[in-house]
Amino acid sequence: MCLLLKGGLVVDPDRNSIKKADVLLEEGRIAAIQPGLKAPDAQTIPVEGCYICPGFIDMHCHLREPGEEMKETILTGTRAAARGGFTAVVAMGNTKPPADSRAVIELVKGQAEAAPVPVYPVGCATKERKGLELAEIGDLVEAGIVALSDDGNPVMNSEVLRRVMEYSTMFNLLIISHCEDTHLSAGGIMHEGYISTLLGLRGIPRAAEEIHVARDIILAEMTGARLHIAHVSSAGSVRLIREAKQRGVRVTAEVTPHHLCLTDEAVMTFDTNTKVNPPLRTPEDVEALCAGLRDGTIDVIATDHAPHTLEEKDVEYNYAPFGISGLETAVSLMWDRLVAKGILTPVQLAQKMACNPAKILGLPERSVKVGNAANLTVINPQLKQPVRVESFVSKGKNSPFNGWELLGWPVLTIVAGKIVMSEGKLTGSERS
Amino acid sequence: MDFKRKDILGLQDLSAEEIELILDTAEPMKEILGRELKKVPTLRGHSVVTLFYEPSTRTRTSFELAAKYLGADTASIAVATSSVQKGESLRDTAKTIEMMGIDVIIIRHAAAGAPHLLSRYVKARVINAGDGAHEHPTQALLDMFTIREKKGRLSGLKVAILGDIAHSRVARSNIWGLTKMGAEVRVIGPPTLMPPDIHKMGARVFYRWEDGLKDVDVINVLRIQLERQQKGLFPSIREYTRLYGLDEEKLRCAKPDVLVLHPGPVNRGIEISPEVQDGPHAVINEQVKNGVAVRMALLYLLMGRGEEDVLTA
Repeated sequence: MCLLLKGGLVVDPDRNSIKKADVLLEEGRIAAIQPGLKAPDAQTIPVEGCYICPGFIDMHCHLREPGEEMKETILTGTRAAARGGFTAVVAMGNTKPPADSRAVIELVKGQAEAAPVPVYPVGCATKERKGLELAEIGDLVEAGIVALSDDGNPVMNSEVLRRVMEYSTMFNLLIISHCEDTHLSAGGIMHEGYISTLLGLRGIPRAAEEIHVARDIILAEMTGARLHIAHVSSAGSVRLIREAKQRGVRVTAEVTPHHLCLTDEAVMTFDTNTKVNPPLRTPEDVEALCAGLRDGTIDVIATDHAPHTLEEKDVEYNYAPFGISGLETAVSLMWDRLVAKGILTPVQLAQKMACNPAKILGLPERSVKVGNAANLTVINPQLKQPVRVESFVSKGKNSPFNGWELLGWPVLTIVAGKIVMSEGKLTGSERS
Repeated sequence: MDFKRKDILGLQDLSAEEIELILDTAEPMKEILGRELKKVPTLRGHSVVTLFYEPSTRTRTSFELAAKYLGADTASIAVATSSVQKGESLRDTAKTIEMMGIDVIIIRHAAAGAPHLLSRYVKARVINAGDGAHEHPTQALLDMFTIREKKGRLSGLKVAILGDIAHSRVARSNIWGLTKMGAEVRVIGPPTLMPPDIHKMGARVFYRWEDGLKDVDVINVLRIQLERQQKGLFPSIREYTRLYGLDEEKLRCAKPDVLVLHPGPVNRGIEISPEVQDGPHAVINEQVKNGVAVRMALLYLLMGRGEEDVLTA
């Protein structure tokens, strides 16, 4: 089956260029890229004015399976990913049971066989995510994990994290760190500042994140481990990471769309969809995060997709779980808020959402190049429409962006040469 | 002026005019309280329920009596639960109450924003009787009523709020209300009990009583929750009392005719000395009486329909 994408704008991060060309896909690979291609046997898809990007990878999402299938399953989560323009996802291991054993990784991979986009699992750094004893990291690597993380249970004991990092170096394995000093953040449910004072809600100071970022950088420097800082939220963290990179520490970092698009002022309505960890911070932090994206301090935009049921979120702010359902809004939010506003170029967006995640995770390179696997995300920069949570295919409707009019939406998701999403609609749930 | 609100969720969103109207309306209500026969038929046929997720005697009783004196029927629901896992969701409780034909729900809840959530679920009117550390509008209104009654005005007065500002809904509602009415508000407490950026609400911040209490017209003493000490927010009750307990020595720093308020219940001898609590400056008992009057005023303004002068009934 051949596909011919006609008249699009090919985004080429390698040459930092965008050129108008047709793209021919054959047998799951990119067969040709040039203007005026003719392929009578191919299914032709007009994509005039649309950007053809290397396939986006969400390197931080929660698919909830096994254990919390009422929130999401691997199938619904990957369908949401496809609908949101992602051609692959990295699934965090805070499932029930946690992904601290080969059995759980194999279960995830088995379930993912029917998924529209590939799932790359993250294994736990410690047994049961307790931060006490190393998980069987070697066995997890053999089972196919792409990184280690205890996710929302940060390893508080520095000695344990040191050993995790040291041990990981023999596999050159990435450590993804959720940075939070849980003593400083204890009981907190939003950013600590004027708004938390005004609302009387317990705050989480920036220092809770920054202390951990600093510590993890120091340990990465000491052990030579590859460290990736998840969902950076504060200006101070950006500063620490920038400084560490300048010194040559092997550290990379990601930011979420919600930390780029919202501030703690959004909490004033007590909308529990704004409750997220790390919390939404201030305009100064958002500015620093954008600057970090531009200067390369922050390598990746990842969703931290955290679906919850309506019942769990439809409660008092204190009692709601943390998390935002992000897979189906991320690309559009980033186009509308960053690209359309000139903060990032389309090429930079492709780097943050496709090329850099692949590089950091050690996956095959993502670029629109002849011979490469045909994983593509096509974005229509003219399409303007509102976010509607009712139309989410994710089970998690917990989005603070419901009703937002956004400009620029993914209109085609192509995985290994096969269309899995077209014009916002999924095209069959099976991946061959 | 007309009072057009559906709910009373906090003083942050009330205007000075609305606050003034409530305080003015409370004056004749207080007169009713002084009558031998304290019942007027204004709210006859209306029903009021108190939904309390936190223990309380005075606020709840105050609301119930306020409703009864105005002729409303009352019911009370005490929810003995500390966590959401047990028991019914607020949404379901709200629907259940609504189906019983309730006109006003008075809610107290440990979680900030619970009254706001409730107001989205029901058509009934909602009055916030204290939500977490967020707001306690009727307490601040009765505090302001008491101050205005004794001092004749609010504008231009220096009012100090003393104690655990960080965890206090009383402090927040008083700051909103008093600053709107033109008073100068000071908050005094240790840095560990002072929430960040509170000066942006319009209050001046003091850590030492010697500075904060100087020449004030009013001191509102907050209750200190004894478990804050175990959380490491101050070293001991003894030191707290020494540095922040209002005694006669500290009182001398204020104006000679200073008023001393306390929302109750008092930790006698801890945040306030017995001499001050029982002394001539304290109006703590008066506050309780005014609380009923202010709550009557609120219920009347929210529900009392029609042109007739109900207070002559």
